[in-house]
Amino acid sequence: MSKCQTKFEVDRIRQDFPILAREVYGKPLVYLDNAASAQKPLVVLERMTSFASREYANVHRGVHFLSALATDAYEGARARVRTFLNAGDSAEIVFTKGGTEAINLVAASFIAPSLKPGDEIVLTVMEHHSNIVPWHLLRERHGAMLKWVDVGDDGSLDLDALDAAIGPRTRLLAITQMSNVLGTITPLEEIVKRAHAKGVPVLADGCQGAVHERVDVQAWDIDFYVITGHKLYGPTGIGALYAKAAHLERMRPYQGGGEMIREVTRDKVTYADPPARFEAGTPPIIEAVGLARALEYLSTLDLKAAHEHERALYTQAREAVREFNWLRVIGDAPQKGAILSFECDGMHAHDVATILDRQGVAVRAGHHCAQVLMDRFGTVSTTRASFAFYNTMADVEALVGALAKAREVLG
Amino acid sequence: MDDTLRELYQEVILDHSRHPRHFGAMQEATHVAEGHNPLCGDRVKIYLKLGPDGAIEDIRFEGKGCAISQASASLMTDMVQGRSLEEAKHLMVGFLHLVKGEEVGETLKPEDRERLDVMAGVSAFPMRVKCATLAWHTMNSALEGGAAVKSE
Repeated sequence: MSKCQTKFEVDRIRQDFPILAREVYGKPLVYLDNAASAQKPLVVLERMTSFASREYANVHRGVHFLSALATDAYEGARARVRTFLNAGDSAEIVFTKGGTEAINLVAASFIAPSLKPGDEIVLTVMEHHSNIVPWHLLRERHGAMLKWVDVGDDGSLDLDALDAAIGPRTRLLAITQMSNVLGTITPLEEIVKRAHAKGVPVLADGCQGAVHERVDVQAWDIDFYVITGHKLYGPTGIGALYAKAAHLERMRPYQGGGEMIREVTRDKVTYADPPARFEAGTPPIIEAVGLARALEYLSTLDLKAAHEHERALYTQAREAVREFNWLRVIGDAPQKGAILSFECDGMHAHDVATILDRQGVAVRAGHHCAQVLMDRFGTVSTTRASFAFYNTMADVEALVGALAKAREVLG
Repeated sequence: MDDTLRELYQEVILDHSRHPRHFGAMQEATHVAEGHNPLCGDRVKIYLKLGPDGAIEDIRFEGKGCAISQASASLMTDMVQGRSLEEAKHLMVGFLHLVKGEEVGETLKPEDRERLDVMAGVSAFPMRVKCATLAWHTMNSALEGGAAVKSE
């Protein structure tokens, strides 16, 4: 296998992630399930522990010392997310428990209140269930129509097909920035331009994309953008919705509870301004602080080099599996991130994943919460290897070797 | 190569999964049920025809899935054909114990135990037990009235 040189100092980076040093079944861990969830650097775990040990209290409510400290940390986390997304104002960042909740929030608070039966949501067949099912709920409850944009056989998106799908009754274009199965990256700036030309707002699911691409919500002029913490090397239970201030201003509350009100009486309630209006109840405070630390960690890396390194890993893996005439890659779009999904002749994805696992190689097998896409490609499940910047060329070699073994056992 | 893998994917299993016995639909079925594993999307449909004496006169299955689920379904159909319902249930209980790594005890006759033993390797793979049990649960559901089965 040819040696691929990148500037990225992966050996040093790996030291930051304690779990990468462990073994499974007596073999070095080769973690290639990053698209499902990424591992956490020690600094994130330490920050969460130190915050909980020294600074923790509930936020926004107390007048005491610790409450002020915790509120500062929590609001500081919001500011950190703003920086990461290059939003104009921290008030445009709503913390959620993840990407799923962020999309449900937009469906319930931005679309549902004014939706008329027959109004359309345009989405692509490569969406994750989290960017499909909230719209199905609107279909079931309010008579929304889902309009699907297909992808080509290589997994690439046809922008003209997208244009054609957007009509006079389209209320929203909901689209992934990067498919969690195909790896296809969508040109958000261009997409937003086309949708806005027809007066249609755009929601982008950045759960994968934000990990592998630079994000600039202002440059893209996007209406809604969604991230989740645990794929960004942060903790689970925290995510964020970016929404333009003008949208947030006229959106009705999502859930009711503490924190999101201005005043409550027996007869009526008035609501807090955004973003508090959308953060009912005690938020995931420690997780928000952990996410902020993860984003700070990312800001210390040469992200351009990190992304190039990921692409080099993917390219190496893609080239290597060409040797296997029994393996079919799903997703070969010209613009794609470091995700390798494939099917194997006569070998079911779960059997392949089990055999890989026993060799220390952690991959995902199944429908990847993308059953509409599985249907599109005439399958029910694929095996998926997804790379992070802490993966190495040795990991790629381990994957390829383990695949050859799977063939030996099952072939 | 890992011995537990060899044990899991032994020749008998691979043979059953590649050349499943009793595969296909059955027009004259008296009992039918569908099983679905929502985690991996695997599906199995079990058709049974009970004879006048209440025994399983014929059984067939259709489905798509991993080697373990297909081999398990194939082996099951081979083993329950011609059995009484009571015997079929005994086989299921014994099989469930076997693949979960639990004590099988007296639930299986020695000759049945011997045939089912090829599936015992599954017990070393807790994440895959549901693959092995899907067909059996689905058959049970068909016999008990045919509600859809989900194996998670």
